[in-house]
Amino acid sequence: MTTTGRRSDTKPARKLPWILEFYRSDVVKKWIMALSGIILLGYIAAHMLGNMKVYFGPEEINAYGEALRDLGGHLVPRTHLLWIMRIGLTIAFAIHIHAAYSLTRTNLQARGRVRYDVPREYLAANYASRTMRYSGVIVILFVVFHLADLTWGNANPDFMRGNPYANMIASFERVPVAIAYIVANLALGLHILHGVWSLFQSIGANNAVYNKWRRYLAWGFTAVIVLGNLSFPIAVQFGIIS
Amino acid sequence: MDLTLKVWRQDGPGEPGEFKEYEAKGISADSSFLEMLDFVNERLVEAGEEPIEFDHDCREGICGTCGVMINGHPHGDQKGTATCQLHMRKFNDGDRIVIEPWRATGMPVIRDLIVDRSPLDRIIEAGGYVSVNTGGTPDANLIPIPQMAAESSMDAASCIGCAACIAACPNSAGQLFTSAKLAHLNLLPQGQPERYERTVAMVDKMEEFFGSCTNHAECEEACPKSISIDNIAFMNRDYIAGKFKDRRKAGQS
Ligand code: FES
Repeated sequence: MTTTGRRSDTKPARKLPWILEFYRSDVVKKWIMALSGIILLGYIAAHMLGNMKVYFGPEEINAYGEALRDLGGHLVPRTHLLWIMRIGLTIAFAIHIHAAYSLTRTNLQARGRVRYDVPREYLAANYASRTMRYSGVIVILFVVFHLADLTWGNANPDFMRGNPYANMIASFERVPVAIAYIVANLALGLHILHGVWSLFQSIGANNAVYNKWRRYLAWGFTAVIVLGNLSFPIAVQFGIIS
Repeated sequence: MDLTLKVWRQDGPGEPGEFKEYEAKGISADSSFLEMLDFVNERLVEAGEEPIEFDHDCREGICGTCGVMINGHPHGDQKGTATCQLHMRKFNDGDRIVIEPWRATGMPVIRDLIVDRSPLDRIIEAGGYVSVNTGGTPDANLIPIPQMAAESSMDAASCIGCAACIAACPNSAGQLFTSAKLAHLNLLPQGQPERYERTVAMVDKMEEFFGSCTNHAECEEACPKSISIDNIAFMNRDYIAGKFKDRRKAGQS
């Protein structure tokens, strides 16, 4: 038995509860990243589509915001469904980040400190796949700012509760914010470009019949999301919506 | 042809090690990469120096012992070739060739270009076998197997266990090796009884030594047998299924 060369995070001898034991596996972590990724991708798509309402005027988007708070109508107390969705999303986001962090540590350990003398010339890995951790961090930082800017309002001096239209315009009229928004969305684009393709591999949904279409899907989805999201700050900056 | 070699020299496990440069003059363009190293070693021995230690056995691309990093490419940059099948005519006169051992925490260097690939054996031991009935020889072709399934199983079975996938992976992950070994059994009827136990056991063993897959597909590019990462997806699915499978009901087909 080799004792050298083992990954140094030796697994604890005591058996953990099933769910933790399950999560300890790297393959499971990747699987969970893919599933939480699907939830987050769904959210991103819905968010972008919903925001398209700004192009139909303030009443439309403000009514959309109100409809979200009133989700479930008379069946559930007001804002409860929205909160359930928010909590669900936060959990998915947190798990996605934790798994990524833990896998990154594992991988750095597995690779060790010695690097090849000739820098690896990557043949299959692309820019998007190699920059996942950086694009991911940019997205996290952006999400925090974005919430402070447009949900909590503390990063937006002209914030008006319940008036998303005015808040969005007030936010994107500031040039640095518009630029940060554009940069963050390009990072998001890179992240989901690899993510959408890669998640099929992680959950094992891989079939020669449609494998080629995974690339098309990744590019198509990313293009729609990024173009849609970038249109908002650009439209505000050029006065198309005001 | 005349070449300059920059080779990793290391006296033993855990020793510091360093690169050394060697002039390799008068190398025949017809020789293989390993023959070129033999030639250099002969001169080193004549000069009273320690020869460069490298792993090799069959020299015909089937045993998987000969992998080294050549100019940053596992087994050199010719696709689908093991180091022993690489020929010097692929290089140019005056070239400078950097030769390094595989690098991964799970496969420490033993000496010079030789690494400890025994973790791969540990993974096989964990489940890379099928149990068969002894007794009379069964008739050939007694078990019908769809042609396509037999082919993909054979493709996976062409893995020679050289560890180039691990060497090429930015995460030093053992996924391509393990998934190939799993697929070649799990795709066939004979592999079904132990399928999920095997998958869970081999993946768990793999994770003791190697990193995790981030779907870069560098391994597929480096593999001397061009094994597909589709096997990794198959392994991921079987692993999750294996985690949930009720083993008491595994007898059904
Ligand atoms: S020496 Fe056997 S594969 Fe190269």
